Amino acid sequence: MRQLKSFGAFWYDFVIGDDWRVAAMVVAGLALAAVLAHVARVNAWWVLPVVVVGALAWSLHRATTRR
Amino acid sequence: MNALPLILTVFVACAVESVEALTIVLAAGITREWKSTLQGMAAALVVLAAITAVIGPAVGSLPLTALRLVVGALLAVFGLQWLRKAVLRATGYKALHDEASAYQREVTAAREAGAVRKRGISDWYPFTLAFKGVLLEGLEVLFIVITFGDNQKNIGAAVIGAAAAIVVVTVTGIAVRAPLTKVPENWMKFAVGVMLTSFGTFWGAEGAGVAWPGNDAALVVLIPVVALAAAACVAWLRSGKAVAAAPAKESEVVSS
Repeated sequence: MRQLKSFGAFWYDFVIGDDWRVAAMVVAGLALAAVLAHVARVNAWWVLPVVVVGALAWSLHRATTRR
Repeated sequence: MNALPLILTVFVACAVESVEALTIVLAAGITREWKSTLQGMAAALVVLAAITAVIGPAVGSLPLTALRLVVGALLAVFGLQWLRKAVLRATGYKALHDEASAYQREVTAAREAGAVRKRGISDWYPFTLAFKGVLLEGLEVLFIVITFGDNQKNIGAAVIGAAAAIVVVTVTGIAVRAPLTKVPENWMKFAVGVMLTSFGTFWGAEGAGVAWPGNDAALVVLIPVVALAAAACVAWLRSGKAVAAAPAKESEVVSS
């Protein structure tokens, strides 16, 4: 069980890293772009760059102001 | 797309990982015993080859749209991790990754550990140290080579970039017999973070069904935009720090 936990922790740290909110925002951005493209028929190419830059700035802000 | 940007991106990313692996291997080999260290390295390479044999064809058989969505998301998340750390280090909120001090830490730990013979390995400590170090950094190299190579349908160019980085770092490491402390590691990580984030954003959005204005040419705009945004974050945090003159908030040293 402990080995399974450390295996999961290794992959979590490898892929997600220090701030899971960044990964969540990227996934949400992709979902929004997909919905806009396939449902609303809007070519929202700008969504993901805005989300990515916003996620970086927000994560950095949290890392430097918390505690 | 021209193969040169692909080769250069993979080269820089893999050079950073190779420098970190080299530091661990040198600390284990010089302090303890080269035979067990090289056995640990070889075992890690065998595991990496097995993972490649399983993952490589699986990734290659995915439909391109699904591949770009999944790989784009992973690359963007991975790239943002690198960028976040590089910005925090550049602004003093996180300690710079110092290969000399990382080497010293490994050497001290290696000297303090007792020698244990296990499973036919004469010294278990350097074996596991080299195994873990090469496997972890190797996984990152593997991830970059497979995702970049497969998305660009040019695995050969990605392998050339990675192999060149490993050879250059290994030969330099053997020549100087010391960790490569002169490498501007944080700025290399910053550049790689920009590239991974930009390519991840580009492919992820394509996978989600978006058509980029100008197709591949959009990357020529996207990469500088991400770089400028990250540079603006550095300037913003530095100016905030100068105003507040606050002590470092996040100072742990991490291995990647």
